[in-house]
Amino acid sequence: MPAGLIGRKLGMTRIFADDGSVVPVSVIEATPNTITRLRTAEQDGYVAMQLGAGSARKVTKPVAGQFSALPKELQRPRVVREMRVDATDDYEAGQQLDVSIFEAGELVDVIGTSKGKGFAGTIKRHGFHRGPKTHGSNNYRQPGSVGAGTTPGRVFKNTKMAGHLGDDRVTVKKLKVVRVDPDRNLILVKGAVPGARNGLLLVQKAK
Amino acid sequence: MNAIKELEREQLRTDVPEIAPGDTVRVSVKVVEGNRERIQVFEGTVMRMRNGGLNKSITVRRISSGVGVERTFLVHAPRVEKIEVMRHGVARRAQLYFLRKRVGKSATLRERRSS
Repeated sequence: MPAGLIGRKLGMTRIFADDGSVVPVSVIEATPNTITRLRTAEQDGYVAMQLGAGSARKVTKPVAGQFSALPKELQRPRVVREMRVDATDDYEAGQQLDVSIFEAGELVDVIGTSKGKGFAGTIKRHGFHRGPKTHGSNNYRQPGSVGAGTTPGRVFKNTKMAGHLGDDRVTVKKLKVVRVDPDRNLILVKGAVPGARNGLLLVQKAK
Repeated sequence: MNAIKELEREQLRTDVPEIAPGDTVRVSVKVVEGNRERIQVFEGTVMRMRNGGLNKSITVRRISSGVGVERTFLVHAPRVEKIEVMRHGVARRAQLYFLRKRVGKSATLRERRSS
């Protein structure tokens, strides 16, 4: 039953493991999240928990409505995300979750927004091959043919072409938690996670 | 950013001597063979140093049975048992790649006079 947190990517570094090996890690900061609301099958048709992180300076009325289940004395969060869970029985609105829900050795999925690359050609975007640079070639980075001629007489949908690359929601599955630091609200995960530094991340237990 | 610096500072070793390119060093490395662990010593000239802080690494070159061998060590890694500086050599550049073309006496550097 996956539970998770909203966090922020701080960057990468390396950690020396107990056996002396070097482990590349991404450092994720997740300040304690508040459960702002629970979604139930009867009321909403699906089961999830709504998590909030940070503190909002101003809450607009439509957003404030989302926090109706949140006890009045609690700070309104700045970032709100929903996370599907199997059952919400163990949770209640207003409850705090911190990084100690994870433990070292466990596998997690990390969701983020990849770095935007702008309008990219087919070589960068789809890994196409380049043409020859010399010998009179003028075909350096062109995509080549996008299809046959009269039959079918059109270009198929989803043909790989140049276009916007990056700035997508990306999930990296089954990353190993190397260390959890509750004092500093840090999760250290082996390998890279999507997005730039300070980017918003969702960290959930791997299914 | 600060949390990363903190994490790196915590892992820094304090027993690392001051090393400069041109120095002759003796590096003792823990080598795992099967389930046994032993210490291997590699002695040679520091050919270059890269990065700083936790990621600081040195490339050490030596001639071993007629073949030039270069090994790179992460200075702060726990696998490195210890680093001893045997001799300070005079090096007028940061990367001593010219040593690769030299053999015998011309591959040795003058010793630094400490005043």
